[in-house]
Amino acid sequence: MPNKPRTLYDKIWDAHEVERRDDGTSILYIDRHLVHEVTSPQAFEALRMTGRTVRRPELTLAVPDHNLPTTPRLDDAGNRIPIADPMSAQQLAALERNAPDFGIRYIDANHVTQGIVHVVGPEQGFSLPGSTIVCGDSHTASHGGIGALAFGIGTSEVEHVLATQTLLLKRSKSMEVRVEGTLGEGVSAKDLILHIIGVIGTAGGTGHVIEYRGPEFEAMSVEERLTVCNMSIEGGARAGLIAPDETVFRYLKGRPLAPKGADWDEALAYWKTLHSDEGAVFNKSVTIQASEVEPTVTWGTSPEDVVAIGGVVPDPASFADPSKQEAAAKSLEYMGLTPGQRMQDVPVENIFIGSCTNSRIEDLRAAAKVLSGRKKADNVKWAIVVPGSGLVKQMAEDEGIDAIFKAAGFEWREPGCSACLGMNPDKVPPGERCASTSNRNFVGRQGPGARTHLVSPAMAAAAAVAGRLADVRELG
Amino acid sequence: MEAVSTIEGRAYPFGAKNVDTDVIISAEWLKTITREGLGQGAFESVRAKPGNVFDDPEYAGAPVLIAGDNFGCGSSREHAAWALLDMGIKAVIAPSFSDIFSGNAFKNGILTVELPQDQIDRLMEVAKDHPVFIDLESQTVTTPFQDRFTFDVDPFRKHCLMNGLDEVGLTLEQDAVISKYETGRQDKMAWLAKGTETYA
Repeated sequence: MPNKPRTLYDKIWDAHEVERRDDGTSILYIDRHLVHEVTSPQAFEALRMTGRTVRRPELTLAVPDHNLPTTPRLDDAGNRIPIADPMSAQQLAALERNAPDFGIRYIDANHVTQGIVHVVGPEQGFSLPGSTIVCGDSHTASHGGIGALAFGIGTSEVEHVLATQTLLLKRSKSMEVRVEGTLGEGVSAKDLILHIIGVIGTAGGTGHVIEYRGPEFEAMSVEERLTVCNMSIEGGARAGLIAPDETVFRYLKGRPLAPKGADWDEALAYWKTLHSDEGAVFNKSVTIQASEVEPTVTWGTSPEDVVAIGGVVPDPASFADPSKQEAAAKSLEYMGLTPGQRMQDVPVENIFIGSCTNSRIEDLRAAAKVLSGRKKADNVKWAIVVPGSGLVKQMAEDEGIDAIFKAAGFEWREPGCSACLGMNPDKVPPGERCASTSNRNFVGRQGPGARTHLVSPAMAAAAAVAGRLADVRELG
Repeated sequence: MEAVSTIEGRAYPFGAKNVDTDVIISAEWLKTITREGLGQGAFESVRAKPGNVFDDPEYAGAPVLIAGDNFGCGSSREHAAWALLDMGIKAVIAPSFSDIFSGNAFKNGILTVELPQDQIDRLMEVAKDHPVFIDLESQTVTTPFQDRFTFDVDPFRKHCLMNGLDEVGLTLEQDAVISKYETGRQDKMAWLAKGTETYA
């Protein structure tokens, strides 16, 4: 009898199931664990208190990213500049102590390979197709872009993985998001994922792992795939996946922690089996026409509050669900917008290009292409670019991209999470707007009272030039 | 983890949908290296508005929170669960929860109770002036009136909650099966086992 067709998710799950219990809970083996300074101190502390050790220290990689200021970290003499905020400094110091204490490889804040965990993992070849990857951060879903089953965990689970290299989990349901046709000119991976979240809603993927399927994903670069999978959690799915292919294999070959020699050949043979079988059944399926996707912006305080750049602020009364009407009215009050207002008439004072969603080299290239020979508008007070890692920053500088940003009036910063969540000093002032390439437009996310409009890197650049939300296709 | 069997007392009739973890505890509060004291930062943006339920003396110290759909969406921060715990909340009742939040809540002994919206509406009404009772053994929520709502709970989670079991301790007892898996993997997928050990 032929084997039952399996989804990509089934294949990765099955290969990692250590044991399945009668109650349906499984012990799932974890291949790769990324640790940063914010969600790990309490986990290490718990290990200390219980006298537990780290089972497989070589499967965990630690790097600070959330708290670090993005201003220069070394003075002219090459000495480290201390972090001004004592709480942030304390958290960084805890990771610097915990990693070596438990035998975990640590990337120093001043090393060129430092960056946002979800940029560093693939870049170093630590994240691999077919592996299970976890991190105490919900945007771990990003690594699904290279074909890994990757999801965010809480601090108790961080402790569980450190101590046992496993997690206790129930198999999720599977959801297919199929995109048919091809995206129009000037429409990016970010626009597509924002559009998808608008269609399925922020709870659309709850309890599911999404597999993104269709020619558009196959044509995407690794960077674009990471952007798409990154925001799976904004659609409620703990993980998102795209089947790995030659594009991914090419990307990984030769990276520092990627397999080498005979190991590479073995890995490659296995990776080529990682795709949903013909006839595999998904619990849920959504089909999207790529031709309907426009450059997209958010108008509210939930990532599902999306509209095409040519559109207007919706009328809360236009929503069928009374609770959504109420939520929309509250969002508009917070955002300072009125129903019917054209999105292109919304002025922005701040621009943030960065975050684990859009801080990779291709993102910076896309923004720089729009900014080349242009300047930010006078009403834009603050425009920053925060590369995803030191290596991205270096590559951009080698290409002269930093010069384009600086000439356009942008600040060129050091790598980290920065204004995506404003744990470091990079915050948007209360009541001001920010066209941001990050992933969440929640109330207060970029700072108390900050008003976030989620956009793609090219659209953020267009907004900087126009001084308002703008259609990048009309800039010419 | 403390064992949980019954929870009774007043409930915050909050009711909001899509409450994200940034709302439960904002990023500024994540800089701590302990689990304690986060209650004072809980629902900061909600509490900035006068007349909010969290500052209403009527509900001070309530062990239950009633919310709308998709509670705890967004970030994986377990600080959200710690903040609720520090406020004295032992159970959240909502029509649905985000996957990561419900796991985090469970690991901190907070019961997440899923009930349909019409029952939530009824509890919101009752909670304004009266206590609610949650019994994990019989999986029921009751009120001083004739309301009796039953809820589903994962059997493994129920067992852990009722006995105050530590998940890490439980899994460590499975050392032999984990070791066996690792040995098998070393044979079949050596390329995956190296991790941060660089290739010579």
